[in-house]
Amino acid sequence: MKTVKELNNIKEKVLERIELRKREQKDISLDSRNMQEGMTHVLVYGGTGCHSSNSHKIIELLEEKVKENGLDEHIKISLTGCFGLCAAGPNIVIYPEGIFYSHVKLEDVDEIVEEHFKNGRIVERLLYEEAKAEDCIKPVNEVNFYKKQTRIALKNCGVINPEDIDEYIACDGYQALAKVITEMTQQEVIDVMKDSNLRGRGGAGFPTGRKWETAFKYDADKKYVICNADEGDPGAFMDRSILEGDPHSVLEGMAICGYAIGADQGYIYVRAEYPIAVQRLQIAINQAKEKGLLGKNILGTDFSFDIELRLGAGAFVCGEGTALMESIEGRRGMPRPKIERTAHKGLWGKPTIINNVETFANVGQIILKGADWFKSIGTEDSPGTKVFALGGKVNHTGLVEVPMGATLRDIVFDIGGGIPNGRKYKAVQTGGPSGGCIPAEYLDTPVDFASLAKIGSIMGSGGIIVLDETDCMVDIARFYLDFTVAESCGKCVPCREGTKRMLEILERITNGEGTPEDLDRLESLAETITSASLCGLGQTAANPVISTLKYFREEYEAHVYEKRCPAGACQALLQYFITDKCIGCTKCARNCPVSAISGKVKERHVIDTETCIKCGACMEACPVGAIIKK
Amino acid sequence: MANVTVTIDSRKVTVPSGTFVIEAAKKVGIEIPALCYDPNLEVVGACRLCLVEIEGSRKLQTACSTKVWDGMVVYTQSERVINARKEILQLLLDNHPNDCLTCQKAGECLLQKYAYEYDVKFREHNGARRPALMDTSSPYILKDDSKCILCGKCVRTCAQVADRQVLTFANRGFDTRIVADSNFTLEESSCVSCNRCVTVCPVGALVDKRLLGKGRVWEYEIKETKCKVCDYGCNFEILSKDGKNVAVRAKAPSNGRPLCLKGRLTTEFIYLDEPYTPYKKENGKFKETTWKEALGIEDIIEKLLDKEEISTGVEYNG
Ligand SMILES: Cc1cc2nc3c(=O)[nH]c(=O)nc-3n(C[C@H](O)[C@H](O)[C@H](O)COP(=O)(O)O)c2cc1C
Ligand code: SF4
Ligand code: SF4
Ligand code: SF4
Ligand code: FES
Repeated sequence: MKTVKELNNIKEKVLERIELRKREQKDISLDSRNMQEGMTHVLVYGGTGCHSSNSHKIIELLEEKVKENGLDEHIKISLTGCFGLCAAGPNIVIYPEGIFYSHVKLEDVDEIVEEHFKNGRIVERLLYEEAKAEDCIKPVNEVNFYKKQTRIALKNCGVINPEDIDEYIACDGYQALAKVITEMTQQEVIDVMKDSNLRGRGGAGFPTGRKWETAFKYDADKKYVICNADEGDPGAFMDRSILEGDPHSVLEGMAICGYAIGADQGYIYVRAEYPIAVQRLQIAINQAKEKGLLGKNILGTDFSFDIELRLGAGAFVCGEGTALMESIEGRRGMPRPKIERTAHKGLWGKPTIINNVETFANVGQIILKGADWFKSIGTEDSPGTKVFALGGKVNHTGLVEVPMGATLRDIVFDIGGGIPNGRKYKAVQTGGPSGGCIPAEYLDTPVDFASLAKIGSIMGSGGIIVLDETDCMVDIARFYLDFTVAESCGKCVPCREGTKRMLEILERITNGEGTPEDLDRLESLAETITSASLCGLGQTAANPVISTLKYFREEYEAHVYEKRCPAGACQALLQYFITDKCIGCTKCARNCPVSAISGKVKERHVIDTETCIKCGACMEACPVGAIIKK
Repeated sequence: MANVTVTIDSRKVTVPSGTFVIEAAKKVGIEIPALCYDPNLEVVGACRLCLVEIEGSRKLQTACSTKVWDGMVVYTQSERVINARKEILQLLLDNHPNDCLTCQKAGECLLQKYAYEYDVKFREHNGARRPALMDTSSPYILKDDSKCILCGKCVRTCAQVADRQVLTFANRGFDTRIVADSNFTLEESSCVSCNRCVTVCPVGALVDKRLLGKGRVWEYEIKETKCKVCDYGCNFEILSKDGKNVAVRAKAPSNGRPLCLKGRLTTEFIYLDEPYTPYKKENGKFKETTWKEALGIEDIIEKLLDKEEISTGVEYNG
C-alpha cells in the first residue's frame, strides 16, 4: 500500500468484522440464558502457557465441530495471544458477551458446541471461577483480575489475532507510524517521546526520548534500532506475551524509532526458546513487508525501514545491551566496557538505540494519543503502565498490566487474589535476580522506579514473586544467586569469582554450616561485587542478598547461631518434633531406624534431635499426626 | 585533538582528549595495577583491578576504559580503591594454586607482583577451584588452566593475526576457560606455536615450554634481538645464564608484527649454544624434525651456519 487512505480503508473494513469483541460487556443474568443474536467470535488463547496445554488442538477441534454442525456462518474461531491468566489456561472467551471459560480440555469441546453454540446455554462448569457471581455471570472484563488492570502494552493481547495484520490495523495499528512519517519531523517525534517521559521497561528505566535524541543528534552514515527481546529473568514472560499476542505493536514502535533517529535497519534479538514468538514475529514482519508498512518507501514516503530477527541462544547476559550487540556481531555475548554510549557507538560501531519490547509496544499509542494522555496514567516519576508477571504464592498467577504507582497490595491482593491456603503474606521479590525482597510492611509502597529503588529493590523487567511464611529468605537469596552464578558470563573477576563465593556461603548457611564470619563476608563480597563488576548483571547480583540481609537478618542469624530455619524450608535444618497430640502408642519409636525416640507407653514421646537422621519414618508411622517438622 | 588537563593524585597532567586515565597516569609516573589492559590490544575492562575514584562519579571507574575529560580529578590510591583492589586480588588468589615456588612465571607474574604490593595472601578454604587442566600436548607451550585468571589477553592477541584466532573463551561464569579451537589440545588445534599468547599472559597459565627449568628470570641476562627471517623484524629475547645463552623467547608483538615459530627457531638456532630439538606440526601431530626442515630454507642455513658473520648485526639492548 502506498497511502494512508489505503490503511484507513483496511481499518474500517476489518473493524466491522471484529467490532463485537470490543462492545461493552454486561453481566449476564442466570435465568435468561439466551445468547445475543448474530455473530459470535470465539477467541482461543494461544500464548505459550495456553499453547503448551493444547490450545491449538482445541482450535482445530472447535473449527471442525462448528463446521460439522453448520454453524460456521456466524461463529468465527480465532487464535489470540495470551490474556494473562495463565494458570487457568487453556482459556476461551466468547464474544460479544465476553463469556470466559477456563481450564478447557479437548473433551469439553463437544459440550461447548452442543450446549453453548446450539442451545444457547452457558456451560457453567467451565466458567472461570470468579465469573460465577451469585445471581449472574460476569463477563471477562468484569472479572477482578482484568477489571483492575489498565492495558496499554497489552491492549491487543487476547483481543486480536496476532497472525493477522488486518486485525492490528483495525485497532489503530500503524496509524502512529503513518502520522509520524507523513506529518511529523524527527525532532517532533523525539519531543513527544521526551515529553511523555516513557521510561525503559527493560529494567533500568532510562528515559526513552532522551536516548533517542542522543542517537538522532549523532551524525553517522548508518544507524540501528534494536529491540531487546531476550527476556531471561526466571519467571518473567511479559515480553514473550506481547510478542506472541501483538507483534505488530513492537514492529511499529521500532519503525517510529527508526524514523526519529534516522535508522533504516532494525533487529529484534529474541531468544530461540520462544518459538511461538519467533514464528509470529516472522509472520508479522512478512505481512508488514507485503503491505508496504516495512521495507522501502513506507506509505509512499522517503522513509525506509527493515526489520530482521536475530535469535539468541538463551544466555541471560545477552539481554545486557552491549553483550547483545556482541552477539549480533557474531561474537561471544560478553558485555563491553562502557567507553562510548551505544547511542553513539553501538552495533558495528554505529549509533544504536536499544529498547525493550514493552517500551516499543507503548510508543505507537503515545504518538497517537499524545504525551499528556500518557502522563495522566501512572505517576509523575514513572508515567504509564507496567506489565508484571505475577507468580509465587498468590492465587491468580499470570500477567497483569497496571498503572505505575499501583501499590503492591493492589497487585498481590486485589488482582492476584491474595495468598492461597490461608497462609501469611511475607514479602515480594521484584526485579528477579537483580532485584530484592520487600517485606510485608511495605505492602502499600507504590510500584514505580523510584519507590522500589528506595527500599532496596528494583522494578527490573517486571517479575513479581509473592512469598509466604513458608519461604525462607536465605533460601530465596540462594536461589537467585544460584541463577546468577550460572548466568555470569565469566568475563570480570568480581562477578565470576565473587558470586560463586557468595553462593557457597549461602549454601553453607542453609545447610546449617554457616558461621558468624560468613555474614560479614557476605556483606563485604556484596559491596565488592556491586561496586566493581563490569555490567549490570554483576552490579546487581548481590541485591537479593543485600535486601534479605537488611530486612530479614534475624532469619540469617537463626540459621547461623541456632541452626534453625524459621520458615521451615531448609531441609538440612528441620527438626522432627512430637507435639502434645501424642497418644503414646510407641509406633514412632518402633519405626525409628536409629532409636532416637524414647517414651513410655501412653505417654508423650520425645525425639533426641542429636541422634535423629531426619528420615521421616516416625512422621509416617504416627497415627494421629503428632509429629511435625520445625 | 584538543588537549585536556586532569589531576591525578594531586598531580596535574595534560594529555590529548580521548586518552585513557591509565595512560594519563603513566605520564606522571603513577602506575595503576592492570591485569587485562594492554595498549596493543582491544580494551575489555575484565579484571577490574584498575578501578579508581573519579570526583563526581559515585561508582568506581576502570582507568583502562575511562577517557579523561578536562578538569577530571582522579584518586588512584583512596581507601575505597585499595579495598576494592584487595578484594579482587583475594578473589583471584582464592582460585589460584599456591605454587609460586616452582612456577616458571615467578618474578614476572603480575598476580604475584600485585598480591605482594597489596599484601593479599593465599588462604585455606573449602570452596570450588578451577579444575587442574593442563595441556602438555605442545612442545612449545604449556597451558595450565588452573592458573588462568581469564584476562583474555591471549585470546585478543591471537585474534590479531587474521588466520590464527585459535583461542576463545568457553563455558560461562566460574567454569569459563580458554580453549583452542572449541576445545582441542594445542597439538590438535590450528595453533601455529607463534607464542604471541605466551608473551602476553600475565600469569603462569601459558608459558614457553622450552624455558621450563632453565632458570629464573632474575638469574638471566637478557638481550634483545630482531628476527632476521622476514621484513617484520619481530623482537626476541636471548636469555643467558652464567655466560651461556640458554633460551630464546618471543617478546610481545606490537605494530602489526605477527611473530612466528620459524622466526623463533631461527633465532634459537643462531644464538643458543645448544639449540633444543625442533618440532614440526604435521596433521595435528608434533614431530621431531631436523633444523634444516624446521627452518625450511636450506641455502639460507648454509649462510646461517657461519654464525660469526651474522651476530655482528645484532642489536643488544640488555
Ligand atoms: C544481565 C542483564 C540482562 C538484561 N536483560 C534484558 C532483557 O532481557 N530485556 C531487556 O529489555 N533488557 C534487558 N536488560 C537491560 C538492557 O541492558 C537495556 O537496558 C534495555 O534493553 C534498554 O531498553 P529500555 O530502555 O527500553 O529498557 C538487561 C540488563 C542486564 C544487565
Ligand atoms: S558482571 Fe558478570 S556478567 Fe557482567 S561482565 Fe562481569 S562476569 Fe560478565
Ligand atoms: S601460539 Fe600463537 S597461534 Fe598458538 S594460540 Fe598462541 S597466539 Fe594463537
Ligand atoms: S591464559 Fe593467560 S593470557 Fe590467557 S586468559 Fe588466562 S591469564 Fe589471561
Ligand atoms: S586493567 Fe582495567 S579492567 Fe583490567
